[in-house]
Amino acid sequence: MRNALRAYRVVLASRARSQASHRASFRMDLVGALLVGLIEFTEIWVLYTASDQIGGFTLTQIMLVFGLSDLAFSLADLVAGHCDNLPRYVRAGTLDVFFLRPQAVLAQLVTSDLSLRRIGRCLVGATALTVALVLNDIDWGIGTIGLLALALACGFVIFTAQFVTAAGLQFFLVNGAEMTNAFVYGGRYAATQSATVWPRGLLVVFGAIFPVAFAAYLPVVTLLGTPGVAGLPAWLGWCAPVAACWAVVVAAVCWRWGLRHYRGAGG
Amino acid sequence: MRPLPPPARNPYWRFLVAGVRGQSAYPLATLAGLVANATFGLLKGAIMGAAVESSGGELAGYSAATMAAFVWLGQGMLGSVNFWGGSDLQARITSGDVAVDFLRPVSVQAAHVLTDIGKGLFALLPRGLPSVVIGVLVSSMALPADAGAYALGLASLLIGIAVSHATVYVVATTGFWLVETRGVSVLYMAVSGFFAGLFTPIYLFPDWLLTLALLTPFPSMMQLPIDVLSGQVTGAGAWQHLGTQLLWLALVLGAGHLTTRAGRRRLEVQGG
Amino acid sequence: MNVIETDGLTRVFTGRPERKNRMRRARHVAVDHLDLTVREGEAVGYIGANGAGKSTTIKMLVGILVPTSGTVTTAGLHPLKQRRALARRIGVVFGQRSQLWWDLPVRESFSILSAIHSLTADDERARTAELVEMLEMGEFLATPVRQLSLGQRMRAEVAAALLHRPELVILDEPTIGLDVLSKQRLREFLVAQRREHGTTLLLTTHDMGDVERLCDRILVVDHGRLAFDGTLDGLARTVGARRELVVDLATPHGDLVDLHGAEHVRSESDGLRQRLAFDPQRTTAARVLAAVSERAEVLDLSIAEPDIEDVVREIYRATRG
Repeated sequence: MRNALRAYRVVLASRARSQASHRASFRMDLVGALLVGLIEFTEIWVLYTASDQIGGFTLTQIMLVFGLSDLAFSLADLVAGHCDNLPRYVRAGTLDVFFLRPQAVLAQLVTSDLSLRRIGRCLVGATALTVALVLNDIDWGIGTIGLLALALACGFVIFTAQFVTAAGLQFFLVNGAEMTNAFVYGGRYAATQSATVWPRGLLVVFGAIFPVAFAAYLPVVTLLGTPGVAGLPAWLGWCAPVAACWAVVVAAVCWRWGLRHYRGAGG
Repeated sequence: MRPLPPPARNPYWRFLVAGVRGQSAYPLATLAGLVANATFGLLKGAIMGAAVESSGGELAGYSAATMAAFVWLGQGMLGSVNFWGGSDLQARITSGDVAVDFLRPVSVQAAHVLTDIGKGLFALLPRGLPSVVIGVLVSSMALPADAGAYALGLASLLIGIAVSHATVYVVATTGFWLVETRGVSVLYMAVSGFFAGLFTPIYLFPDWLLTLALLTPFPSMMQLPIDVLSGQVTGAGAWQHLGTQLLWLALVLGAGHLTTRAGRRRLEVQGG
Repeated sequence: MNVIETDGLTRVFTGRPERKNRMRRARHVAVDHLDLTVREGEAVGYIGANGAGKSTTIKMLVGILVPTSGTVTTAGLHPLKQRRALARRIGVVFGQRSQLWWDLPVRESFSILSAIHSLTADDERARTAELVEMLEMGEFLATPVRQLSLGQRMRAEVAAALLHRPELVILDEPTIGLDVLSKQRLREFLVAQRREHGTTLLLTTHDMGDVERLCDRILVVDHGRLAFDGTLDGLARTVGARRELVVDLATPHGDLVDLHGAEHVRSESDGLRQRLAFDPQRTTAARVLAAVSERAEVLDLSIAEPDIEDVVREIYRATRG
C-alpha cells in the first residue's frame, strides 16, 4: 500500500517542482488566479451593494456563502481541475499510456498534475470566508465549527466529484466538452448564490442532481438562521455528507461508464 | 457557353467567410455550448431578477423585463465575442508561424480580425438566436419596439463584436515583445467580461467603478449593444452609444495597426 | 508456457449511423478471428500494411481495447480484468505515444516509473545504470524528454519499458523515423536483452530490416486475418523475397525485360528509370547490374528493400494462387 502511494507522491512532487521552477510565469499565474477570484467576488459585492438584500441574504451573509463555496471549489480545482485535459489525451491517444501502468486510470489522471497556481484562487475564498466569519453574528461553539468544517469538506468532495463526472462524460462527448461546463462551472456559480431565488428547475438541478447547494448555502442557512427555501427544513445543512456521497456515486458511475465506452466494452 | 465570371477577388471578404464556414463543422460542440449557455442564463436570470425584485421592481434603471433582456441578450452574445483573451494569432506568434502571415500580400491585422469576426457572426445563429428564444420563453424579457430600433440594435451588436475581436488582436500582438503571453490573457479574461457587463450591468457599479469602466473599450463590446438591442436606450441615446462604439473601434484598430507595424519590424530585426 | 494466446480474437468497430439510412452503420472488422500462440522466449515479428489490424491486436493484448468476441490471454492473465497485474509483467513501447513525462528530465521519468513498479532503491539504481550503459543514454539523462531527438527518445522509451524486467516486451513500430545508426543500436540492444534475460518479444514494424535482424518468427496480418505464420526463410520461399535494383539510365530505353535472373517491375520517366526485381538467394545485385550494363548505359543506381505492402500482396497472391 505504501509503495502504491509512493508512486503518486513521486509524480506529484516532480510536477510541483517543475512548476515552481518556472519562477516568473508561476508568479504570473498566481496573480492571474488571484485576480479571477477577486473579480468573481467583486461581482457579488457590486450586486449586493446596489441592492441591500437579495434572496434573504445581505452582503455580509452572502460573503459567508461565497467564501465557503469558493474555497471548497478552488481546493477541488487544485486537486482535480486538470481532469478537463482528458479530451485532449483521448484525441492524441496518450490516454492509452495510462492503461499500460499498474495503477488505476482515474488515479493517474487526477495525479497527472497539480495546478499549484490555483492556490492563488484559494486565497480569495479563504479571505472572504475569514472576513465573513468575523463580520457576521455567529454563535461560536463546537456545533458551529463542526458545521463549517463539514460544509467545507463536503463542498470539496462534491466539487472534486463533479470534475470526475465531467471527465467520465468526456468519453462520450469528446467534441461537446463544453456541456460539462454547465454543471462544473455553473455549479460553482450556483453555489455562491442564495437558492431562494431559484425556480423549481434550478432547485432540482443544483439542489439534488449536482447538489452544490449543500456546499455552502444550506449550511449557512442552518448556521445563521437566515430564511431558507420555502418548504425545506432549516437543519438541511447537516445533510451535506449525504449530498457528497451522492456526488461520489454519480462520479463513479460516469467514470466507469466512460471508461467502458472507451475500451469498447458494450457502449 | 459563356464562361462563368471569376469569383470575388476580395481576400478580406474571403477571410470573413472562412471564419463563418470554419465553425459549422461541429454540431455537437454548438449544442454543448447552448446547454452551458442556458444554464448560466437561468442562474444569472434568477439572481438578477431577485435583485430587481428586492429593490422594489427597479434597479439602476432596470425593470424585471429589461433585466431579463440584459441576461439573455448577454448570454446570446457570449459565443460571438471574446472574453478569454486567447486567439489564433497568439498561438501563431508563440510558434513563430506568424512570420508566414507577414509574407502574404494582405494586412495581417485585417486577416485575423476579419476571420475572428466571421466566427463570431456565425455563432449568432446557433447560439445567439436560441439564447434569445429561451429568454423569451422563460422570462418576460424586453425587446425593441420598432423596426428602426431593431436595426440600430443589430448595428450596435455588429460593431460590438468587431470591437471585441479587434481588442483581442491588440492583446495578441503583445506577443511580439513578451515571451509568455498567458499572463496577459488571464488578465484580459479576468477584467474584460467584468467591465463589459457580462455578470452585472455596469450601471450597478459605484460611480468610481463605472467611470473606470467607461474609460475602457469593454462596455462597447457587450453592455452598449445590449442597451440598444433591448430597447432600453432609444433615439438619441442609441445613436450616442453607436458613436461611442465606433470611436473605440477606431482607437483599437489604430492601436492594432501600430503594434502590428512595430511587431513586424521587431520580427525582422530578430530574424523572424 | 504460452506468453500470448488468442482464440478467435475479433474486434469490430461500428461507426455512426449513416445519414441516409439510420439503420445501417459502417462496420469495420479490424481483427478477424485471430488464433495466435506465442511461446516463452520467442521473438515474433508482426507485420502488415497500415490498417491491417496490428495496433488493434496489441491494444487487445494489453487491455486497452475489449475484443468483440474471442478470448485473449497475455502472460497467463486476462488483460481486461487483470490489467494492473499484467502491467507489472509486460513492457510496451508505442512508437508514437510517449510513456515518459514530457517536460521532466529523463532521469526523473525513470525514478517515477521505478516507484510505480515498486522497485527498491537499490534495484532502481542498478537497473537504471545497466540500461543507461547499454543504450548509451548518459549524455542526455538530465535533458527534458521534449528536447530529445527521436533516436534518443526511442532509446529512453525502450529503457522505460524494460525497467521492471518484464517477461514480455511489445514494441509497436519502434524504429519508425529513426536513422540507420539508431535502428542498429536499438536492434542490438534488444537482441542482447533477449539473450541475457530470455525476454519474449513481439514487434510490429514496417521495416523488413527489423524483422530480419530481430525475429525468428513472422506473422503477416492482412485485413485483420493471419495470412502467414512461419519463419523468415519460409516467408522468403513463399514470397520469393526480392530486392529491387533501381537503375537510372543515360538515355530513355525500352523496358528491360528478359534479363537473366531479374524481373522487370516498372519503368518510370519514359524508361529513364527502371526497377528490376531479383532474388538475392539466386543472383547478386552486381550480376544484375552487369546484365543491364550490357544493354544500356547506367548513370546511377540504388537498391530498395521490399516494401511490407509488396510482401503482403505477394503472400496474398501466393496463398490464393
